[in-house]
Amino acid sequence: MKEILKVTDLNVNYGAIHAIHGVSLTVNEGEIVSLIGANGAGKTTILHTITGLTKAAGGSVLFGGTELLATEPHKIVAMGMAHVPEGRHVFAQMTVTENLEMGAYFRKDKDQIEKDLADVLRRFPRLKERSRQLAGTLSGGEQQMLAVGRALMSHPRILLLDEPSMGLSPLLVKEIFTTIEDVNREGVTILLVEQNAKMALSIASRAYVLETGSVVMEGEGKAMLRDDNVRKAYLGA
Amino acid sequence: MSFLSNILTGVSLGSIYAIIALGYTMVYGIAKMLNFAHGDVIMVGAFMCFFATGRYGLPPLVSVLLAVVVCTALGILIEGLAYKPLREAPSLAVLITAIGVSYLLQNGAQLLWGADTKTFTPIVSGSLSLVEGRLNISYVSLLAMACCLVVMVCLTLFTSRTRMGKAMRACSEDKGAAQLMGINVNSTISMTFAIGSALAAVAGVLMCSAYPVLSPTTGSLPGIRAFTAAVFGGIGSIPGAFLGGILLGIIETFAKAYISTDLSDAVVFAVLIIVLLVKPAGLLGKYVPEKV
Repeated sequence: MKEILKVTDLNVNYGAIHAIHGVSLTVNEGEIVSLIGANGAGKTTILHTITGLTKAAGGSVLFGGTELLATEPHKIVAMGMAHVPEGRHVFAQMTVTENLEMGAYFRKDKDQIEKDLADVLRRFPRLKERSRQLAGTLSGGEQQMLAVGRALMSHPRILLLDEPSMGLSPLLVKEIFTTIEDVNREGVTILLVEQNAKMALSIASRAYVLETGSVVMEGEGKAMLRDDNVRKAYLGA
Repeated sequence: MSFLSNILTGVSLGSIYAIIALGYTMVYGIAKMLNFAHGDVIMVGAFMCFFATGRYGLPPLVSVLLAVVVCTALGILIEGLAYKPLREAPSLAVLITAIGVSYLLQNGAQLLWGADTKTFTPIVSGSLSLVEGRLNISYVSLLAMACCLVVMVCLTLFTSRTRMGKAMRACSEDKGAAQLMGINVNSTISMTFAIGSALAAVAGVLMCSAYPVLSPTTGSLPGIRAFTAAVFGGIGSIPGAFLGGILLGIIETFAKAYISTDLSDAVVFAVLIIVLLVKPAGLLGKYVPEKV
């Protein structure tokens, strides 16, 4: 299998706090890799460091052979990496359509952008109904769909998803996870950060468990669902 | 008739305030900082026009263009040298730096061009006589109103229709998310300073044409009044700056006409305080609770 993302010995500090201690992880082309762990374990920080929202103190993040830690953050999305941040971060004062257009900001192929916009609206019919509404007026679930749709507008090779299930009803969580699997089947590699460990492991090809800034376990998603330690610590069983 | 003439004077003065206030509000919207040096950029713009037309006799349009080019460059330079290194710094540090840049520009102008008050050559003169000569309106006033309208329409179209304009709105809402979309946040901020400073140049020329005196501190009081206008209308809001500027011009003119010339600033600020007591975010501003 071909590596698409390789994080090696990543260290991140927040002021005096050493938040990430030498984390290494690999994502292969076509996989869904889940990163699970308790609140504050450093999952979000890792994603933020990969896409340049947070500065690393050391280590390496290779994406398709390019060192992302030495890349200007705004150039990363054009390389084929989209990041749906925790809390969705849609542009509340812009319409649904404008939000989706921002996802294709760096692209110049106008005709194809139009087609992709139609595709995203087909994938999320509820966004189509609300395409002229301000994103701030959408429900949490709709905003999550918008955030994912916006990321898809960049035609990513890899999609980083941060807590897509947060604050959503069980029904919507199922819907979002189905979407993630669909997108993956269409050829997009997924790196998923989740507190909902059960859902995250059930769709993952492989998973990493993070505790206080270090990887403490890794393995196949299905196998980890059966692992006693994981079950006790993260699945409440 | 004097009431109508006061309204016209107020709206034209307010138009100039509005053009300045747009610069304040756009920079605040994007960089979340108060650029107190904005008023002094007005002064630099006016000086450029003063030298080009007054000293070297260049056509007014060329002088205005020169003022716009110099101020745009100055705005980008100020942002790059003084504010950009402080992007992650506490907002108080940025505020104090802005005040420092303001003094730097004033003292620099004093050093280069002298502290004495100069007589500005208006870029247009004369006035339009209406209603059998009972209502007079100067061409400068008309020009100010026209400029303000054009600027307002252009900015609205720019921010709602163009790719760059939308990127600016995205940055002002959420810099992190904007960066994830591939927007270069730093160059967007520079561009905002460039637009604001170009507008300041236009405002400087209009203001000095309407009230033809010029000194290194010329920009400071109108700058503060325009800042007030921006807050009055709702800082960060483009229509707010427009509305705040026009209203401030009208209030100031009426205070001068019906209350007292000396007290006009006091009246203006009293109105501001009352508005902020009732609507803390300004007339068109949205109150957004500070995220902790």
